[in-house]
Amino acid sequence: MSRRLKVGVYAVLLVCCVPFVFPTWWMATASLKPVNEIFAFPPSLLPRSVTLDAYRKVFELQPFGQQYLNSFYIAVLVTLGTLVISSLAGYGFARIKFRGSGVVFMIVLTGLLVPNEVTIIPLYRMFDGLGLVNTHWPLILIPVLGAPSVLATFIMRQFFITLPRELEEAGRMDGLGRFGLFWQVSLPLAKPAVGAVSIFTFLHSWNLYLEPIVFLSSKDKFTIPQALTQYVDAYGGAMWNVQLAAATLSALPVLIVFVLAQRHFVEGLAQTGLKG
Amino acid sequence: MTLMLDKPARSADRAAERAPYWTTRRRDELAGWLFVAPQLAGIIAFVIVPLGLVVWYSLHEWNVLAGTFDFVGLGNFDQLTSDPKLGPALRATAVFSAGLVALNLTLALFLAVLLNQKLRGTVVFRTLFFSPVVVTLVAWTIVWGFLLQDNGGINGFLDSIGVDGPNWLRGNTTAMISVIVVQLFKGVGLNMVLFLAALQGVPADLYEAAKIDGASAWARFRRVTVPLISPTILLTSILTVVGSLQVFAQIAVLTQGGPGTSTTVLVYYLYQQAFQFHHFGYGATISLLLFVIVLALTILQWRMRRRWVFHED
Repeated sequence: MSRRLKVGVYAVLLVCCVPFVFPTWWMATASLKPVNEIFAFPPSLLPRSVTLDAYRKVFELQPFGQQYLNSFYIAVLVTLGTLVISSLAGYGFARIKFRGSGVVFMIVLTGLLVPNEVTIIPLYRMFDGLGLVNTHWPLILIPVLGAPSVLATFIMRQFFITLPRELEEAGRMDGLGRFGLFWQVSLPLAKPAVGAVSIFTFLHSWNLYLEPIVFLSSKDKFTIPQALTQYVDAYGGAMWNVQLAAATLSALPVLIVFVLAQRHFVEGLAQTGLKG
Repeated sequence: MTLMLDKPARSADRAAERAPYWTTRRRDELAGWLFVAPQLAGIIAFVIVPLGLVVWYSLHEWNVLAGTFDFVGLGNFDQLTSDPKLGPALRATAVFSAGLVALNLTLALFLAVLLNQKLRGTVVFRTLFFSPVVVTLVAWTIVWGFLLQDNGGINGFLDSIGVDGPNWLRGNTTAMISVIVVQLFKGVGLNMVLFLAALQGVPADLYEAAKIDGASAWARFRRVTVPLISPTILLTSILTVVGSLQVFAQIAVLTQGGPGTSTTVLVYYLYQQAFQFHHFGYGATISLLLFVIVLALTILQWRMRRRWVFHED
């Protein structure tokens, strides 16, 4: 590639970067600025004077610590649950020949065709009937057992299909049963798929918005996305510095993990059956 | 081994006569069902049954506040076809989806091709383009909401180059553009990564051969790259279309469906009817419509794969 072309490509990449990077950078830095500086133009890339005032208010105005914990433990449980359900089912569909597996697979795949939004009304009524509205149960059970886990099952299945037959035959010689073959032979090899499923399940749960606002009504039960929009003044206007501070806190842990493990993160997602 | 139910045979020849009930085949039958049982039960309870209930509810006038649940047959469907808000909602949904999908796939492919060049620092750029994917959706939306305000950063920038920016979130056309753009930069990194993975699977000798035949860079892209990564294009387009039909948080945070109904997409309208106005029956009817649209588009894209998806084998 010629030198001029190289410079050109770098220039295009740099310009393209701005709308991807600037909002996040600005969110984090503006949250440290005094209110009047947030509105200053041109925006300062680093705060001229640093204040943690907004961060103090984040915790004063709402039980943000509790809400953070809610989001976190829900996302962890959803991720673990999805891994169990989807790796079992993915393995079953990929490696075990049983009568009816084709039909069952088609039934399960309907989960990919039915967005959660379509079934939110009956799901609301069902959980209401069980007295579980304004609890975290729907936010855990629906993603683990319902439609969202089907994509995970599909990815696990795609991965298990590619494992060579000989591996399991060797395991059988050693006297392993089906579950042993799954647990001791196949699953340890499925780390890339497990990684990818964990990442996107966690992110999906962390971002969930419609379900929390439908199912939850008390502030100490709220999840982060829902809590972020609650920092408004008496007139319903956004308290920008507080919203930005809370937004930064919500993004920080995932961003840190992402920066530290970005290679695994991105490649894990790219490597799985999603290649199509 | 634990499933061996036969009693130990008394003598060697009797054992040979009687085949054990739990043959490998029978065990696999049972194991297969057990492995998929939790998922199957979940799908029946949380997808199939609710889908049936949506149909049932759509035949009723159900106002939770008034405590009424009356069978109205196809009444809700009549209301749907004469609902003056339905047309705009469908239009907003179509504009959002078409705009987002076209921009997203083009930009993702463009960035992936750039990053697939032999250049130093591409991993850094890949990380930067991907980073919005991991920022909390509502947080990302809030920041853009601030930047898009009348006195926000975008207009400040436009001002400095002598352009008078509109009040983005309050204009009929600009509100929709804003929502599309916010979602575009949030999600394009994911498709870019999938495209990059596909591009890296294209054998280099094909490009060499095309080069020797005198094909221009654009011709190589059209005739070599695009056909070879077409399965990925199909997959990303299906995922992006279905995802775009589900857009909700961005609308709820940025525009609340406004101004007027210009950004009231179907899911937002469904939410309003069911959970703000408590018209669950009518909401269910809108849900059904959404389901039919998702189903039709997915089937259509899947059918079209024969026409434009190229498989090497």
